[in-house]
Amino acid sequence: MAVVIDQQTESAIREEGRTSYPHECCGFLVGRLEQGARRIARMVPVANAREDEAKHNRYLITPELFMKTERQAREEGLDVLGFYHSHPDAPARPSTFDTDHAWPWYAYIIVSIQQGKAEKMTAWVLQDDRARFNEIPITIED
Amino acid sequence: MGIPIHIPTALRQYANNQDAIEIDGQTVGDVLQKLSDGYPDLRHHLFTEDGALRNFVNVYVNDDDIRYLKQHDTELKPGDAVTIVPAVAGGKPVAETSAPPKGLVSSEGVTLSKEEIERYSRHLIIPEFTIEGQKKLKAASVLIIGTGGLGSPLALYLAAAGIGKLGLVDFDVVDATNLQRQIIHGTSDVGRPKLDSAKDGILDINPNVEVETYNTFLNSDNALDIMRPYDVIIDGTDNFPTRYLVNDACVLLGKPNVYGSIFRFEGQASVFWAGKGPCYRCLYPEPPPPGLVPSCAEGGVIGVLPGIIGVIQATEAVKIITGIGEPLMGRLLLYNALNMTFRELKLRKDPECPICGEDPTVTELIDYQHFCGIGTDEDQIRLEPQQEISAEELKALRDQRRPLTLLDVREDFEYEICHLPDSTLIPIAQLERRVGELDKETPVVALCRTGPRSARATKFLTEAGFKQVQNLVGGIIGWADKVDPDMPKY
Repeated sequence: MAVVIDQQTESAIREEGRTSYPHECCGFLVGRLEQGARRIARMVPVANAREDEAKHNRYLITPELFMKTERQAREEGLDVLGFYHSHPDAPARPSTFDTDHAWPWYAYIIVSIQQGKAEKMTAWVLQDDRARFNEIPITIED
Repeated sequence: MGIPIHIPTALRQYANNQDAIEIDGQTVGDVLQKLSDGYPDLRHHLFTEDGALRNFVNVYVNDDDIRYLKQHDTELKPGDAVTIVPAVAGGKPVAETSAPPKGLVSSEGVTLSKEEIERYSRHLIIPEFTIEGQKKLKAASVLIIGTGGLGSPLALYLAAAGIGKLGLVDFDVVDATNLQRQIIHGTSDVGRPKLDSAKDGILDINPNVEVETYNTFLNSDNALDIMRPYDVIIDGTDNFPTRYLVNDACVLLGKPNVYGSIFRFEGQASVFWAGKGPCYRCLYPEPPPPGLVPSCAEGGVIGVLPGIIGVIQATEAVKIITGIGEPLMGRLLLYNALNMTFRELKLRKDPECPICGEDPTVTELIDYQHFCGIGTDEDQIRLEPQQEISAEELKALRDQRRPLTLLDVREDFEYEICHLPDSTLIPIAQLERRVGELDKETPVVALCRTGPRSARATKFLTEAGFKQVQNLVGGIIGWADKVDPDMPKY
């Protein structure tokens, strides 16, 4: 099931990855399921809740924030469909840590930031048995 | 007593798509256990194999996290609700964060064609190298300054290895004396610009390489612009002004400078990279006096030597680009072909270094010819016009059979290669001692290979009271060019 995202949101994720460098950025992807695709209506950036010295390679979104975001999304008839985060100076592939901490069903978008420059962006969904992430296509709409 | 358990969106697929399930139980631990018994697919998303709640799974009773209550033993009473709430965590691989990214360039986005995979297959199967290393080579650009003795093997091996872009700087044309060591140029290339011949050689070996040529003498005005776009700079020149220029420009641009030099049977190599290690000026703060260290043209070089040193430089470039191995940084490698020995000297960064030290005095490129004393009075003997004679004028004198001492001040092994008939050989170093062998009244024409040594002899003999002394302009090479095409040049 692909992720459908508009140009503006895609650029916003890249931009946030770039400005957060060398730290990781993170946030929610909010939208609705439509014709078998996750259509993202907007991104909700959140402050990386990890302690400063870990922010270069870890991100954390707290459950309180999750509940709050989910409640707001539902009031608009939307849902949390996934999350995005950046990998500073590392490839846009889920790490073992990502896989160990992943939730099923949600789409995880990863953007690689090389030397402060946003490069590859990929999307992933955890396999049912938690063994690995599988890459899913990102469709960018104007 | 049914307690509703709210299931997060992500897990509903494992609970018959229900968003809440009512379960009887006294404690949180109790209802979660029953939940995963009833919906076994949920279990491994909620619990680890040891049965502990996964650290990103949060359980709330009403509005309170059970971590701040009694954890699994938190008691439940009628009217309570249990909610499972995700925390979301992740991050890039630790292994890639504890160490800086390997190599000078990124392989991201680089692809190899079927032809390239076949061509580089012996690289791809090396566990330390792999397709990642090959992609880095393809993404990399290397500037080779000079396409002579060192530049030839450098360009050939780096092209064969699959460097994406090679820049070449040279202004010379191929001549016959180059062929003994400058293996990128062939016999049929004599008379062609070296850049043309080198480019042909590179593209013949590997048409995938992008070749950029700079037909110019590298100087303080153009060096930064030429060098800026490249990842690695390799110095393949054999003169001191260019060596200092390349070093200083690399320091100012923060680029690695792969250095090599050759003389007769000995060579040196190192990687200078200010910011990470010493630079050339940390090793040699000042150039030697002009004329003390001869170039290959003046001093000669065994033809196989630049092959060895150039390939060491190419090896270092490949290592720097891919990030494998230990670069030859902070170390000066000394090679002696006669003894067949390699020695290594430790180099330290000089805190007082005028360009890469703590308080640099050189902050921009300077006049390197002047810095190396070239073109100054100490470098050149200035002669009056009447103290010089051209090859044509000398021929006319000889044709007229005028009385004349033809004094050859070269070394005896040079004299053996070629000499003018009836010339007297007194090597320049012996001239002062043997001056008595010459007649002061007879006009003297002094000659050497191209003129500088005989200019010194001309000055010396004039001061010693010789009646008429003249220097053969262009030396025996000039004679061969202008008068006697059968005379071999060296």
